[in-house]
Amino acid sequence: MEMTGLFFYLVSVLIAGGIYAVLCLALNVQWGMGGLFNAGIAGFFAVGAYASAIVTTAASDKHLGGFGLPIPLGLIAAMILAGVTGWIVAKICVRLKSDYLAMASVGIAEILRLVIVNEAWLTNGSLGISGVPRPFADLVQGRSADLVYLAVVWFCVLCVYILCQRLYVSPWGRTLRAIRDNEDSARAAGKDVDWFRVQTFVIGCAIMGLAGGLSAHYFKFLSPSATEPLLVTFLVWVMLMAGGSGNNRGAIIGALAIWFIWSATEILTSRLPPEWITRSSYIRMLLVGLLLQFVLQKFRSGLMPEKSPKIRSD
Amino acid sequence: MIDFINLYLVPGLAIGSVYALGAVGISMIFGILRFAHFAHGDLMTIGGYGVLTAVWFIPAHPLLLLPFGIALAIVSALAVDQFFYKPLRKLPTIYTVIASFGVALIFRSLAQLFWSSGNQVFISGVRMPVVLFDTFRISELHMQVISLTIIIAVALHYFLTRSKLGRAMRAVSDEPELAAVAGLDTERVVRWTWVIGASLAAIAGVFAGMDTSMHPNLGWNLLLAMFAAAVLGGIGKPMGAIAGGFIIGIAEETVTYTWFSDEAFISPSYKSAVAFFIMVALLLFRPQGLFKGRLL
Repeated sequence: MEMTGLFFYLVSVLIAGGIYAVLCLALNVQWGMGGLFNAGIAGFFAVGAYASAIVTTAASDKHLGGFGLPIPLGLIAAMILAGVTGWIVAKICVRLKSDYLAMASVGIAEILRLVIVNEAWLTNGSLGISGVPRPFADLVQGRSADLVYLAVVWFCVLCVYILCQRLYVSPWGRTLRAIRDNEDSARAAGKDVDWFRVQTFVIGCAIMGLAGGLSAHYFKFLSPSATEPLLVTFLVWVMLMAGGSGNNRGAIIGALAIWFIWSATEILTSRLPPEWITRSSYIRMLLVGLLLQFVLQKFRSGLMPEKSPKIRSD
Repeated sequence: MIDFINLYLVPGLAIGSVYALGAVGISMIFGILRFAHFAHGDLMTIGGYGVLTAVWFIPAHPLLLLPFGIALAIVSALAVDQFFYKPLRKLPTIYTVIASFGVALIFRSLAQLFWSSGNQVFISGVRMPVVLFDTFRISELHMQVISLTIIIAVALHYFLTRSKLGRAMRAVSDEPELAAVAGLDTERVVRWTWVIGASLAAIAGVFAGMDTSMHPNLGWNLLLAMFAAAVLGGIGKPMGAIAGGFIIGIAEETVTYTWFSDEAFISPSYKSAVAFFIMVALLLFRPQGLFKGRLL
C-alpha cells in the first residue's frame, strides 16, 4: 500500500514536472534563443489556463461560456489567446532595452491577475471555475486516470520539444542567435530584428498558454490562487538557468531536476512540527532565490550548456 | 469639490510621495548601473520592517525611528550589491536584472521568516483627521508624508546640483566613459547611489506601511507604479522621478472620482492598472519620459 502511494505521488510529481518542462521550453525560446526577458510567465500561464477551462467546461451561469468543446480545441484557444497577449506586450517593448520588456511583462501579469479576480462574469472571480474536464476521462476511472494524463502531458512535452528543436536548428533559429549575440551585426546583415523578436516572444507565450491549459485540465479546478505569480515565474527561471539556457534538452532536465528538489524538500519539511511548516516554505523560497544567484554567478551555462549546431555549407 | 480634495487629491499626493521616493532610487540605479532594479520594492519592505522592529522596543513615533529602517535598508542594499550584483557587472546588464529578480524573492522570504506573513500596524487605534479652515479634512500622516517628501526632494536637488559627489553622480549617469576618463571613482558613485536609493526606499516603505499596514508583499505591490514613475520622469532624472511619482499617485486616485456620472470613472479595483497604462503609453509615444531622460 505504501508502495502504490509512493508510486502515485511520483506520477503526480512527473505530471507537474512535465507542465514545468513545457513552461521551461517556452522560456527557452524567449530567453535562451531570443535573449528576451519575460518576468510575467505566470500571467501568460493564467491566460492559457482560463482560456482552455472556459472553452471546454460544460455551460455554466457562473462564468463566461462553458462552451463544452473538445479539449484539443481548448488547448489551441489557450495558445492563441496567450500568444495574442504576448504580441501586444512585445509590439510595445521590443524596440527598447530588454529591461523595459521585463517591466511591461510584470505589468501585464498584474493586469491579468486583476482581471481574473475582478471580472466575475468571465472567470467567476475568486470562487474559480470547477468541472474542467480531463482528456480520456470516460476511458479510465480512479487513480489510474493520472497515468493517462501523465502520458498526455509528456506527449505535449515531446511535441513542444520537437518544435523547439526544429526552430533552433532552422535558419530562423540561427537568425535569432545572431540577434541575441550581436544585434548590430544582425541588423547590418539585413535582418528585421524587431520582427524576429516579436515572433519569438509570441511563440514563447503561446507555449506558456499551452502549459496553463494542461494544468487546468490536470487540477480540474481553477482559481486565481492556482496561478501564484511569483512561484511559477521564479521556479521556471531557476529551472532554465540551472538546466542550461539555449539548450532545449537542458530546459527539460532543469525543469525536472529543480521540480524534484522542490517536491523532495516539501516531503522533508512536512514532517516538521506544525509551527515550523509555514516557516519552512519561506526557507525553501529563500533557498531558491540563493540558488538562482549561485547559478548566475558560477554555473551560467547550466547542466547542459548550449551547443550551436554546425553550419553546413552546401 | 471639497470631497475631491479631501478624498482623492490628498490621498493621491500621499501615495504619490511613496512612489516618488521609491522611483528616485529606481531612476538613479537605472541611470548609473544601467539596470531595472526589481528588488527595489522589497528593499522598501525591509526598511519598513526595520522601523517596525524599532517601534516594538522604543516608545517613540515611527517617523522619529526612521534611521533604524534606513540603516537596515542601506546595509541590505550594499550587501546585495557586493555579493550578488557586483560579480555580474561585466556581463550584459540583463543578468543583473535576473539577479535582482531573485533578490526580490530573497528579501521577501526573509521578511516572511523574521516578521511573519500577516499584517502588522505601526500605531494601533483610529486617528482622526485634522480639520483645516473648517473644510479640509486631512489625516496627520498624509500631511507629514507630503511635507517630508517635499523637504527630501529639495535637499536632493541641492545635493545633486551643488555638492561634488552629487555632480559626480550626474556625470556618471549622463556619460559613464567620459566620467571614468575624467578620473571619477565609479565604485564610490555606485556605493552612494545605493545609499541614497536605499534610504529613500526605506522612508517610502515606512510611509506606505503606516498608510495601510506592514506586510511582506507591500513593496512588490508598489513596484509597477514606481517603474512607471521612473519612466515618466525620464531615466536618470531623479527630480523627474519625483514629479513622475506624484503624477502617477494623483492619476491613480483621481481616476476613481465620479467624473462623468455618479459612478466611479474607473473601478477602484483597477486602480493599479492606471500606472501600467501610463507606462505603456509612454513607451509607445515618448520613451525618454517627460523630462528628456536617457533612452537606454
